[in-house]
Amino acid sequence: MLGIYRRLVGARIRSQLQYRLSFWLNLVGTALITFLDFAAILVLFHQVDALGEWTVAEVGVLYGISCVSFALADMIFGHLDQLPQMIRMGDFDQVLVRPVGSLLQVIATDFALRRLGKLTQGLIVLAVALAHANVSWTAGRAAMLAVAIVAGCVIFAGIWVGLSTVVFWLIDSHETVNAFTYGGNFLAQYPINIFGSWLRRLVIYLIPLAFTAYFPALYILDKEDPLGFPRALQFLSPMVAAATCVVGWALWRNAVRRYRSVGS
Amino acid sequence: MIELDGVEKTFSVRVKRGRLRRERRELRAVDGISFRVDAGELVGYVGPNGAGKSTTVKMLTGILVPSGGRISVAGLDPARRRIQLARRIGVVFGQRVQLWWDLPLHDSFELLRHIYRVPYERWRANLDRFSDVLDLEPFLETPVRQLSLGQRMRGELTAAMLHDPEILFLDEPTIGLDVVAKVRVREFLAEVNRERNVTVLLTTHDLADIERLCSRLLIIDHGRVIYDGTIERLIERYGKERTLVVDLEDPAPPLKVDGARVVRVEGARQWLRFRRDEVTAARLTAAVAERAPLVDLTVEEPDIEDVVRRIYAEGLG
Repeated sequence: MLGIYRRLVGARIRSQLQYRLSFWLNLVGTALITFLDFAAILVLFHQVDALGEWTVAEVGVLYGISCVSFALADMIFGHLDQLPQMIRMGDFDQVLVRPVGSLLQVIATDFALRRLGKLTQGLIVLAVALAHANVSWTAGRAAMLAVAIVAGCVIFAGIWVGLSTVVFWLIDSHETVNAFTYGGNFLAQYPINIFGSWLRRLVIYLIPLAFTAYFPALYILDKEDPLGFPRALQFLSPMVAAATCVVGWALWRNAVRRYRSVGS
Repeated sequence: MIELDGVEKTFSVRVKRGRLRRERRELRAVDGISFRVDAGELVGYVGPNGAGKSTTVKMLTGILVPSGGRISVAGLDPARRRIQLARRIGVVFGQRVQLWWDLPLHDSFELLRHIYRVPYERWRANLDRFSDVLDLEPFLETPVRQLSLGQRMRGELTAAMLHDPEILFLDEPTIGLDVVAKVRVREFLAEVNRERNVTVLLTTHDLADIERLCSRLLIIDHGRVIYDGTIERLIERYGKERTLVVDLEDPAPPLKVDGARVVRVEGARQWLRFRRDEVTAARLTAAVAERAPLVDLTVEEPDIEDVVRRIYAEGLG
């Protein structure tokens, strides 16, 4: 399965290289935008000292974890945003006549190398923030960091897959999906105790973004939860990730069975 | 090999009623189709636009899930065993590109080898054979987007056959092709059917495809099978009208003869249509000769095109 993914992605990259100028312009453009993003964070952090009982460095840890896991998910699953186009043009038909899983084929339409910039940015913020946050490192905390990033990536991916199935019903809905995913990334970057209670409930129970960065960060930073949730929640990220995956996959399977194709 | 039993497909569509109001309506694209195709058959599947041809093919290949009825293709239920089935069938959609648009044709074949996990020797042998028959050599290294329609279709056919499918589904494979390219496609299909015993189901609007290739014809309209049988029998049963073409010595007004009507006049030539069960060609010729001096004559048998056109327009009646 991994072999097929690698080959499909390789084909895509070779296709992109067919349009050399456009490929390089794209790369340069993305690098520029990433730099601007980064500058914006620096400016923000210079103006604010604390955010809802979190120091700037602690927010940086939160932001970094969320950013890294989101960037990873985006790199692998980001091409779900091609799905509306594939469905509208009927190109999804050919996905279904090949002996490879449909989700794998859709995500293998591209591997967004240019999103490496976002990942680098996240890693830098995370490293700098961790250095300033006075973390008393233990094996458990280091492991939690790795687990949080992987689980976060899986949670984002699961949410993304689940939400993308909306396009099987509403052809032109990819803006809706983007609002949830990019918006989700935005939400996950902030300590959830600064949100209003309904938004907090949403990111804990319904779309479990709180488990991508907030709860793991509490453990790594050895912080008292300002919201007073049980400590056990801080270890639940892998389980939540698995559950998100199951739900996302079930929604996908159900949606594919409802695919209507186009006339011709 | 292929079995359909009372297969239905309904779509619900929203119809605009007024500025904001929309109404849900059920659209029956396929309305209870049953037929079976045995291994090694080459079957033509025709019908006017919107008759449900493509919908049927999409259900047979596992793209669409039927709303009712039972389908079995190569012993599998396409909707449930889609991936398993995909290894055993080949699919060509005349209006879609399945090859990798920006890559050389050869790269697409290489990718398909991995996707279908075809053993290298088998794949190589197939590719050599097909590039021989379809003359692919000159453009194997050309990106697909630069190929002509005919070249691309030859590529698509090869792509669909590289993994030795038992059944080949083709949805309008000759659409938009010139005469030479059409002949090539037909020869290829005839060959894989004959030599590899591949079962072929083919939808088309070009009845010449059917005439040259298919031993059996299925006509569908409004989501139902309205004819299933050989082409000869179709013409025999529904093509009762023959045409007598006469060349007179001088141009004349349309002739009035019992049992026939003039359908066309062109200078001194007239076309008289008659039913074979009402009057014989000999009787008619004699009748014409009584009215005007005859120079030459031919009898035209109804062709499949006429017959099918009439069936579309009038039903089987």
